Amino acid sequence: MNRLVVFLWLILILFLQVFVLNNIHFLGYVNPHLYIVFVFIFPLNKNRFLFLTLAFLYGLSIDFFSDTGGIHAFSLLFISYLRLLFIKMFFKKNDLDYLLFNLHKEPFGQVFNYVVTLTFIHHFILISLANFSFNNMGGVLLNTLYSSIFTLILYFLGSYIFRKKQVN
Amino acid sequence: MQQLIYFFRKYRYFLFFLLLEILALALIINNLSFHKSKFVSSANNITGGFYNKANSISDYFQLNNENKELTEENLSLKNKIHQLEQIIDTISETKVLDTTKYNQQYSYINGKIINNNYSEKSNFILINLGLKDSISKEMAVINSKGIIGITEDISNNYSRVQSILNKKSNINASLKNGSHFGSLTWNGKDYNIVQLLDLPRQAIIKTGDTIITGGKSTIFPEGIPIGHVLNIEEGGTSVTRIVNIKLFNDMSNLKNIYVIRDFDKKEIRNLESQKNE
Repeated sequence: MNRLVVFLWLILILFLQVFVLNNIHFLGYVNPHLYIVFVFIFPLNKNRFLFLTLAFLYGLSIDFFSDTGGIHAFSLLFISYLRLLFIKMFFKKNDLDYLLFNLHKEPFGQVFNYVVTLTFIHHFILISLANFSFNNMGGVLLNTLYSSIFTLILYFLGSYIFRKKQVN
Repeated sequence: MQQLIYFFRKYRYFLFFLLLEILALALIINNLSFHKSKFVSSANNITGGFYNKANSISDYFQLNNENKELTEENLSLKNKIHQLEQIIDTISETKVLDTTKYNQQYSYINGKIINNNYSEKSNFILINLGLKDSISKEMAVINSKGIIGITEDISNNYSRVQSILNKKSNINASLKNGSHFGSLTWNGKDYNIVQLLDLPRQAIIKTGDTIITGGKSTIFPEGIPIGHVLNIEEGGTSVTRIVNIKLFNDMSNLKNIYVIRDFDKKEIRNLESQKNE
């Protein structure tokens, strides 16, 4: 995918998140946070200043729409920083492989581990910050679990559908 | 010196990351306090404009319900007018003309909700009224069924309302049959149930009692309906007694609202600040 396509996708996902997914309220409080695909589809690069800045701004724009202060910016930036660590851990890549790295071309098992780990970390931080106290930790963990599963289902369905189209 | 440069070069991404995280954390903490001016708020022209557009589409799907609510409100207002007319007729002879009595204390500004949150711990509502409609901070927001929140962050065309479904929310409320009052808070669990705390021990309260705003604050006028008592969690003392209140409003389904402007607010505030000195 070239840069323009990535950019258009991210704008589309931002609006999808804000106008559709934020209003789902499954079981009264479970919302998927699909906008974290930012971290998965943004091209890898050795220089990370641009990526970290954009992650912060992308999270902040979600915050602007949902009146949450900076919790989305904080948690999205956090997994953006951790991304490289997990790519090294799960895919055994080094600096030279970054240019050609593509999640669609990797084996599904490793991709699954990578995506699930980052999603859970992100959702846990996000929901803890939204709670902002040590009361109700059980509720936070339960909400993390439910929302993460919701997000993961949407992400894998979406990536499956759009991968098929690219082959044809 | 060289060591220092080496250190910065080695950890440059981590330091940059840390800087941005601290910035985000500062924004989060800024958002938690009521009185500070907000930087990250949906009451700006870009996000407000988008919500306004989206709202103008989804409006059509709720027209039926809105119509029904408005006619119901009309009905109750008409009934009140007739009652008042009758009272005025009977006492018209004893009335004394006094201009100060005719001065209006409250005026209502009508508007619409364009974005409504109710599933978080701190919920905010965006309305399509702003500075141009002479909205200012700390004005009451209600609808025909009961209270909704307090205005908090105002831009030119939009304002952000701190919903009563907010951990920071604290509103003076009293019983309809009696003058005991307590403070209305929310524990963040069910969006249709709020909690009344600090009710004095002498207050007799039972399930089904109506709760209204108390008039002890300068924000809400007295007598706006809130909800009815669902159950009472007794704890022995007044501090631990929690009264669960079912709201008359369905907080997940709100559309038309009124913002209340209090003309005497400044005067009352002045008196209160003198007392404190």
